[in-house]
Amino acid sequence: MIRTLRIVGQNPLSLLGLILVALVVLAAALAPWISPFPSHNGAVVDFVYANQGPTARNWMGTDLVGRDILSRILYAYQISLFLSLVVLAIAPPVGTLVGLLAGYMGGWVETILMRIVDVFLSIPPLVLAIAMMGVLEPTLTNAMLAVTVMWWPWYARLVYSLARSEREEGYVLAAEVIGASTAHITFREILPNCLPAIITKMTLDMGFVIIIASSLSFLGLGVQPPTPDLGSMVAEGARYLPDSWWLTVFPGLAILVAVFGFNLLGDGLRDLLGVDE
Amino acid sequence: MRPGSFLGQHILNSPLIRLLLQRLGISFIVLIGVSMLIFVIARVIPGDPARIALGPNAAPEQVASLRAAMHLDDPIVVQYGFFVLDVTRGDLGKSLYTNRPVTVDIVQFLPATLELVFAAGIIMVGLGLPLGILAARYHGRWPDNAVRIFALLTVSAPSFVWAVILMLLFAFYLPLFPIAGRISDIYEIDRVTGFMTIDTLIAGNLVAFQDAFSHLVLPAVALSLSGIGQAARLTRANMVETYEKPFIEMAQAYGFFPSRIARIYVFKPSLIPSLTIIGLDFAAMLGNAFLVEAVFAWPGLSRYGVAVILRKDLNAIMGTVLVIAITFLIVNILVDLLIAFLNPRIRYSTRVDA
Repeated sequence: MIRTLRIVGQNPLSLLGLILVALVVLAAALAPWISPFPSHNGAVVDFVYANQGPTARNWMGTDLVGRDILSRILYAYQISLFLSLVVLAIAPPVGTLVGLLAGYMGGWVETILMRIVDVFLSIPPLVLAIAMMGVLEPTLTNAMLAVTVMWWPWYARLVYSLARSEREEGYVLAAEVIGASTAHITFREILPNCLPAIITKMTLDMGFVIIIASSLSFLGLGVQPPTPDLGSMVAEGARYLPDSWWLTVFPGLAILVAVFGFNLLGDGLRDLLGVDE
Repeated sequence: MRPGSFLGQHILNSPLIRLLLQRLGISFIVLIGVSMLIFVIARVIPGDPARIALGPNAAPEQVASLRAAMHLDDPIVVQYGFFVLDVTRGDLGKSLYTNRPVTVDIVQFLPATLELVFAAGIIMVGLGLPLGILAARYHGRWPDNAVRIFALLTVSAPSFVWAVILMLLFAFYLPLFPIAGRISDIYEIDRVTGFMTIDTLIAGNLVAFQDAFSHLVLPAVALSLSGIGQAARLTRANMVETYEKPFIEMAQAYGFFPSRIARIYVFKPSLIPSLTIIGLDFAAMLGNAFLVEAVFAWPGLSRYGVAVILRKDLNAIMGTVLVIAITFLIVNILVDLLIAFLNPRIRYSTRVDA
């Protein structure tokens, strides 16, 4: 772990990624203590300071009812990171299981599983999530569900293609010859060789889940106000461009900073673990 | 042997035709799966679709008769059967939002979205591939790093953020482009294709064309940005790999110009894997159009989609998703055929292994 960190640190871009990710995670974790106005996390109004640009009091300005944008961004990071973690705790294992089974077993298992995956992949990801949120109530739990449902097929396809090429390797044949069980071969022999690619994808996906989740709430289909969310903050502010630019620009940049961090880190990890694009 | 059968045999032996038939077959199976998926999602909706359609003040008898008309009292499999039957007859039901057949709505709104997505696709290929070539040629030097950072930045924000930033910079602060819409109100353009840039040309109105074109620029760029980054990255990665092949060393040993080597000997074989990803990026753009259309008030299918979703307009939701999925399947078949055409191993083969 420490060796990995040291190698990551040698590439300036990966180091920048690591710093950005650390900052975002710390900001989210410490939001109740470091945000200037912790109470602005909810339905609070402070009309005296409503709709003001950046000042010494409110570094990123205030929204239409006077809440501090910086405080709301810090709390929004909590929601974004939590949602990403939940999605990435469920989608990759499900997809990996499907991909391993299809890739190693072949035959009708492969045909059926991969056709199902094809169906999911043939609807643009965001459209599938939007359609699901369209019939479900817009809550955080449902947003997690919708994003997870659209996300697992990508892992299934990744692991499937890896498992299919691993199946032909000598060590799999050797395991088969000595009579190892299917479970042993898939989980103990093939899976470890797929892990670098899966871990790299998960790091990159931390950022991409944040993008999709904020897109849902941008359309009003995600987390509902007054809970702060980066996507809905941009949507609310977009009506007041160009005058109240801080309403949209700061939450937008907040998304960019977090996702850029995860992308830089994932990119460095990819080189480090020797994973193909 | 009859001459006709010989000709038929010949066509069937053409690898491209066989690939097309194979792809059509798979797409058909996938389409059945998609219709099931959409149907399942639509039936997950809490509440009675008939009650939602009629509103809270409807009499129970009205609801009951609409339930019967919508086959809601039948078993779920029978309901699915009726759904498929209607779809094959081109009947997607009536929209509660516009009070018109969903097909009429889709015909009205789809071209605007396609125009936007195609324009974004052209920008993506037109900028992404050259940037990738540039990065690969100067592998490890500053143009490579610049392209890498640009690519990572563009994929790091959702397209609605790029849309807002572009709008702020190039419509408000530097008023180079219009803020919203497809064309200024002063122009009355007859609808032929539904593509505003093409319809203005058909009408022979060059001033209107210029106006429509300038409306298209910012939304299309916002939609294409992350695709540009991805296309550039992939082209670079594939080309860097190709540069290490022996035939490139030979070309270099013959003393060919580096630019010629980059363009012809490295770029061409590297293009094929990039194209696959471009097909996927097209799917992403069909989804991201929902975000960009919202920012620029672009009157397309995505904006319609969001409107009907917020009203829980079931028929319109199902129709919209189905049409988007079909569009995506068609584009993917076209990309596969293009790849097959570009790949001499498939083009000249007598068997289809792909």
